[in-house]
Amino acid sequence: MTLKAQSTKETENLTDIIDDTFTDDAFAENTIIDSATSQSSSQSLQPLSYRHAFMLVLKRDLTIAMRHKDDIINPLLFFVIVVTLFPLGIGPEAQTLSRIAPGIIWVAALLATLLSLDRLFKSDHHDGSLEQMLLSPHPIFILVLAKIFAHWLITGLPLILIAPLLAVLLHLDEHSYTALLLTLLLGTPVLSLLGAVGVALTVGIKKGGVLLSLLVLPLYIPVLIFATSAIDTAALGLPYSGQLAIIAALFFGSLTLAPFAVGAALKVSTN
Amino acid sequence: MNTLSKKNSIPLLSAKNLTCIREERLLFDELSLQINPGDIVQVEGPNGSGKTSLLRILSGLSQPYDGKIFYKEQLISRCREEFHQNLLYFGHLSGVKGEMTAEENLDFNLALHGNNTEDCLAYLAKVNLSGFEDSLASHLSAGQHRRIALARLYQSNVPIWILDEPFTAIDKQGVASLEQLFTLHAERGGCVILTTHQDLISIKPEQIKKITLDYSYDSAVD
Repeated sequence: MTLKAQSTKETENLTDIIDDTFTDDAFAENTIIDSATSQSSSQSLQPLSYRHAFMLVLKRDLTIAMRHKDDIINPLLFFVIVVTLFPLGIGPEAQTLSRIAPGIIWVAALLATLLSLDRLFKSDHHDGSLEQMLLSPHPIFILVLAKIFAHWLITGLPLILIAPLLAVLLHLDEHSYTALLLTLLLGTPVLSLLGAVGVALTVGIKKGGVLLSLLVLPLYIPVLIFATSAIDTAALGLPYSGQLAIIAALFFGSLTLAPFAVGAALKVSTN
Repeated sequence: MNTLSKKNSIPLLSAKNLTCIREERLLFDELSLQINPGDIVQVEGPNGSGKTSLLRILSGLSQPYDGKIFYKEQLISRCREEFHQNLLYFGHLSGVKGEMTAEENLDFNLALHGNNTEDCLAYLAKVNLSGFEDSLASHLSAGQHRRIALARLYQSNVPIWILDEPFTAIDKQGVASLEQLFTLHAERGGCVILTTHQDLISIKPEQIKKITLDYSYDSAVD
């Protein structure tokens, strides 16, 4: 009886160990395996896992952004300044402002994203960490996806949070707020994803700023058209799910395809 | 050790008929090489002769104009993941982030390449950076940046080391200990491919294989 109990315990242990080797957070516990591998002088390599690689790059990019706050503040400040200048330039009539509010907010968000794109790969390219990422055994698309997600968290998310506040300044129709938030939520990731392709293509060029705008802005236009149209439709009290569905389609399309395009473009740019 | 390593005769890295053209100039052509476990290969040549280009091509970062590269007799494009797991490339740029501390930098570099990140501090101590673990890399000197990046060598059990000018900005003592590390690595069955303009002092000349690239003015491609 006791023997049996012991043996089941042992198998439990064994499965534990096996589980450990296959899950990614098992660095501390697999000392047995570690000593075995070090004896056979093979690598002390951790098992590769997509989630681990993704979190690693995400954490790093967020740490850097937190220590280099310009990255977060600059696009946000640009967004706020552009939007607040419009009422000053056009005049305070509520009717005019509420008519053009969706366009202003979306154009400003688009330009703010464009302004921040440059930093996505440029600093990594300058100090050589991009080369190291391309040479890592992890698939490039997962690292790229993590970088784009970090970029969206740093630039896109603050824009979404502050947009309702600026919408008040522009007398946006009260029915449109949900539409504004939903289009921004689905649309800003598209801006980051498509923008990343442009940045990856121009990262090797010394002054690629103008080229980047020319490459990326045409790709942003569908998002702009459908997002403002959705907000306008919402103001009329009509359903806007059609426009939203198209933005969602753009989002999923770019989410699945852009990381591969970026990976390929980065390989070309560093060649 | 060399004789021993030649017994398992599969070369770690081999290249066939490499041709490299940069800025319409032929840097090298029909270059074939074979690197076995235990080799220390020094790529020599004047500035602009294509040393860095060769190293980047061997590591798979750049594509050659013509020719193929094999890792253990497999095309490197066919076994990217396995090849990169067994490759450590150290370029002109150290890949150290100024916004992160020395320890965070090393930690990330190790984890990115799938290495174990325990004992990070011990490796920093080995490159004389104990006491600087928590300093932001932007506050450190150029040589210390290089040292942060080179600390990876002490942890790495990866067989293929491709090092482009590893001694730049490193002091004499550091160079000596790196040379020792290279010898040790070769004895363990790894290989080191490096470029440097310095003479390797503490490595025996018979242990070093040399690849010499020429710089010729008349080799412009039509």
